[in-house]
Amino acid sequence: MPFSLDKAADSYDVIVIGSGLGGLTTAKRLSYCSHKVLLLEFHHQLGGLATWFKRKGHIFDISLHGFPYGMVKTCRKYWTKEITESIVQLKNIVFDNPQFSLKTTFDRVDFTTLLNKKFKIPQTIIDRFFVTVAGMNFYDDQTMTTRELFEEFFPGRTDVHRLLMEPITYANGSTLDDPAITYGIVFSNFMNKGVFTFEGGTDKLIQMMTEDLEKNGVMICTNAKVDRILVEKGKVRGVEVNGRAITAPAVVSNSGITNTIYNLAGRDVFSGDFLEKADAIRVNNSSCQVYIGLKKDAVIEDKGDLLFTSTAPVFDSSELLDMHTRSKTFSVYYPKTRPGHDRYAIVASMNSRYDDWNTLSPVAYETEKKALIERTLVDLNRYFPEINEKIDWLEAATPKTFNRYTLHTHGTSFGTKFEGLAVSRSIFKEVPGLFHVGSVGIIMSGWLGAINYGVIVSNDVDSYIRSI
Amino acid sequence: MTRDDIKDLILEIIKDIDEDADFDALQSDQPLRDQLDLDSMDFLDIVMELRKRHKLQIPEEDYPQLASLDSCVNYLEPLLKNA
Repeated sequence: MPFSLDKAADSYDVIVIGSGLGGLTTAKRLSYCSHKVLLLEFHHQLGGLATWFKRKGHIFDISLHGFPYGMVKTCRKYWTKEITESIVQLKNIVFDNPQFSLKTTFDRVDFTTLLNKKFKIPQTIIDRFFVTVAGMNFYDDQTMTTRELFEEFFPGRTDVHRLLMEPITYANGSTLDDPAITYGIVFSNFMNKGVFTFEGGTDKLIQMMTEDLEKNGVMICTNAKVDRILVEKGKVRGVEVNGRAITAPAVVSNSGITNTIYNLAGRDVFSGDFLEKADAIRVNNSSCQVYIGLKKDAVIEDKGDLLFTSTAPVFDSSELLDMHTRSKTFSVYYPKTRPGHDRYAIVASMNSRYDDWNTLSPVAYETEKKALIERTLVDLNRYFPEINEKIDWLEAATPKTFNRYTLHTHGTSFGTKFEGLAVSRSIFKEVPGLFHVGSVGIIMSGWLGAINYGVIVSNDVDSYIRSI
Repeated sequence: MTRDDIKDLILEIIKDIDEDADFDALQSDQPLRDQLDLDSMDFLDIVMELRKRHKLQIPEEDYPQLASLDSCVNYLEPLLKNA
């Protein structure tokens, strides 16, 4: 069980601000490297956006929609055997839109068959496309966009573009105009073996991670909101939290990168050159979600685990972001998702812009939220007829909700666009002892990206602490 | 550490990363990455383990020196001569 802040000591080797998957993993890795770690979380619950909430016997997962198989290796290496063993495949991924309807395991073998048989793409082009995206890496040319990549291989085939892009847009908020390498890296991760989930739900995962951290001696304090990062003579000295100073030669912020620079450290500790790069960071979009809980004895047919649905004629990144978008995913949580908890829950997710919601009057905000729920139910009825009478909980979250719980700038659910990664990676060269971990650069986002980035940053932190 | 000790150390670290790693057919002058299916995260693990166990700081620009078993030994031999 996490502690309250008054139990924390006055000094540590490293302080981690925020307990998203990146923060949790950084705390784990640094404790493994024998450092004395303090983990501070402003919320009463750990996990950041890897979170859940309970209502009337229901448990709703916020960001457990499906991650790549790479999670198995990552959890085995950096977390525990028990966590790794709870990872299971989601085998039924459904697409339903005016251009096509299909069911897939979302891996290279099945996609190759689909592209060839259903979309009539020649085998040689499919193979060449897969080799091209699998070979993409971070150091490659960043000027080519995903749109250009698709046009090169599948010119004019908006249906194929949709099949390839829609799931990735929901996974990390990227669009056809982002660098093709970000697409290639993320898409290839999924295509490796398909889509996986955590059996037992987010609550079980975070509980297991918390226990593992405690076993490794990490001091965890919740309800501890860091007011600022203390910088003295150009170097990190610690943090001020709930009015109290706690010192450490290294601070890792798992708060958003923009939040870290502008609100926690403050502009005055950075050089003009660095600030110029930071000011250019584009924060990614936020989300809307509708949480649907079914009555205790209600049963629904298995129509798939993850449904990418749309009534928009073609895929269009701006349509997906529109407040009244006709595109959404349904994550269906069958009783098998949480063995022992025999309830059905459905979470509808849409991409959304913070400003669209933040500028509404309180009355208009409530009206739009109700309309969002209504539209979602209409769409849901296409897959589960007469579901309305089986529902006993309905609730919606908007970008404002995401902002309130994560404190992320503009409630971003996917961190930043590509340029955020370079700023995040170089922040400790600017202010020695200050590190950032969290969703940045599109590729370091999602559950797998966040955990792996935690490992990468831990290496920098460990190296720094041992060098001073 | 002798060259053989260093070789054993690297293989031991890789075994921790992947307990199924098979060293029987490993060619020491060929890239580890291709033969053992290691990715960049695995190489980062090797760097962190060497720092944890032997206080070795390997700068990022030297990571390519860890490509094959032979190049690892050549690179680490002077650094671990007193270990």
